[in-house]
Amino acid sequence: MAAISREEVAHLARLSRLAVTEEELDRFAGQLDVILQSVARVGEVAADDIPPTSHSVPLTNVYRDDVPAPSLTQDEALSGAPDAFEGRFRVPQILAEED
Amino acid sequence: MSDLTTMSAAQLAKAIAGKEASAVEVATAHLDRIDAVDARVHAFLHVDREGALAAAADVDAGKVTGPLAGVPIAVKDVIATKGVPTTAASKILEGWRPPYDATLVERLRAAGTVMLGKTNMDEFAMGSSTEYSAYGPTNNPWDLGRIPGGSGGGSAAALAAYEAPLAIGTDTGGSIRQPGAVTGTVGAKPTYGGTSRYGLIAFSSSLDTPGPCARNVEDAALLHAVIAGHDPRDSTSIPQPVPDVVGAARLGATGDLSGVKLGVVKEFAGDGSEPGVLSAFHESLEALVKLGAEIVEVSCPHFQYALPAYYLIAPSEASSNLARFDGVRYGLRTGDDGRHSLEEVMSLTREAGFGPEVKRRIIIGAYALSSGYYDAYYGQAQKIRTLITRDFESAWQKVDVLVSPTTPFVAFPFGSRTSDPYQMYLADLFTIPTNLYGGPAISVPCGLSEGLPVGFQVMAPTMADDRMYRVAAALESAVGTLTPPTLEASA
Repeated sequence: MAAISREEVAHLARLSRLAVTEEELDRFAGQLDVILQSVARVGEVAADDIPPTSHSVPLTNVYRDDVPAPSLTQDEALSGAPDAFEGRFRVPQILAEED
Repeated sequence: MSDLTTMSAAQLAKAIAGKEASAVEVATAHLDRIDAVDARVHAFLHVDREGALAAAADVDAGKVTGPLAGVPIAVKDVIATKGVPTTAASKILEGWRPPYDATLVERLRAAGTVMLGKTNMDEFAMGSSTEYSAYGPTNNPWDLGRIPGGSGGGSAAALAAYEAPLAIGTDTGGSIRQPGAVTGTVGAKPTYGGTSRYGLIAFSSSLDTPGPCARNVEDAALLHAVIAGHDPRDSTSIPQPVPDVVGAARLGATGDLSGVKLGVVKEFAGDGSEPGVLSAFHESLEALVKLGAEIVEVSCPHFQYALPAYYLIAPSEASSNLARFDGVRYGLRTGDDGRHSLEEVMSLTREAGFGPEVKRRIIIGAYALSSGYYDAYYGQAQKIRTLITRDFESAWQKVDVLVSPTTPFVAFPFGSRTSDPYQMYLADLFTIPTNLYGGPAISVPCGLSEGLPVGFQVMAPTMADDRMYRVAAALESAVGTLTPPTLEASA
């Protein structure tokens, strides 16, 4: 049985904001199924009582010293933006006029 | 080819400090070498001739000193360099010039290195061959029809082609070590948290580790010492002194490994490795025994699950990290024509800007993190990460380091593993356990198989990076460094 269907791939691509093409969906569905069938081997290990590791460095609550330091200027922060307007990132309209 | 391009970083630093060569001469020799061969190798995505010559002139004028003053270096294009294009080999960042330097780039400048340019890689460091670079692959100087490894194939190939004596890589699942192995160069992955990730474009934040690439072990150690150490700008940076990796490399080079116990991982024996890789590995073990080392077989029963666990954890983190590429703050924007909504513009931008492997991994990650699958996939992979860490910790009760081939196969021909992505993932079979555990590991050349380089991997306990340098340098003293073909004749 397939681990992932073409419809699921399409759904996940939508959630991931990827406007994938029909051809990509055809190709990815098969490839991702092979990958998921292979990585599903993690399920062979009985690990109910094993704590998860998210990170190998056992550090928590890391803060820097609370001292002011220079940061990027507004111009520097905007220097790579595809579009900027009056010192801000400009994006396409989010809400329609009637909203 | 100029003699200056075949010298080691240590030799160059000494020659420049002793005024036997100027930093500008050294930089020029390497830039000329790049001009001569990089059309065929394609190790570089961007060459910063002007910046390199200016940095070299500063060294010659005595404005910059430091342990590697005047030594040229190539930097993987996933690392932010102020004012110098940084793309992560992705179309989505084409032309982006970061407004800041990564911490390690600051440290490279402070040490006096001269940055030649930015090296090619698999897009966002996802791959084992550079075939997933959006700007075309890098060719292996040993055989231009074969892959240079990945993701850091550009950095490794630049070394093997004598375009640079030093390079920076990043290792998430083997992206420093596997390219080192297949190009006959040295690549070291420091302890996770031992080198700063500040300014590194994130792929899998709990695994990404910048590290040194060089043509010999001592040079790798010299570079390691320059870039390592605590950085308050990286919350996972380890606030401890850097182990004496340079001293360890020099100790190892004396060829004495008396009393050192090397663990051979039982579960890796013969597992999918090419016969030529296995024979070079076993001959290296014999050489190490002659230097006084003791070989102990060690069982690490969960290592066989490292690859599947990694290919759940890394894509999960990537799917989250790569959300920042939305066409708002930097890079590409597609479809902003007044007819598409913000969400549509984001989707069109990401569709146009990301290559197939990046899209596959984002989708896999989204799948593994989705409710209903989380426990079976991402959660289970994290538990296996714990078990792999325990395997390492139990190994350290018996041995000083673990050893294995770096990668199961030598450089493969282009196109031979791209149709089935999982076949590509197998290149990382032996390198991934270390990333999940967080310890250091190094690949050092140990011989040839059918004329192509084989890498020998040494894995050490967390923050015992010095141990791997000692063993790697000892092996190098026994088997020597590899000399790649000169590329001169095939012009």
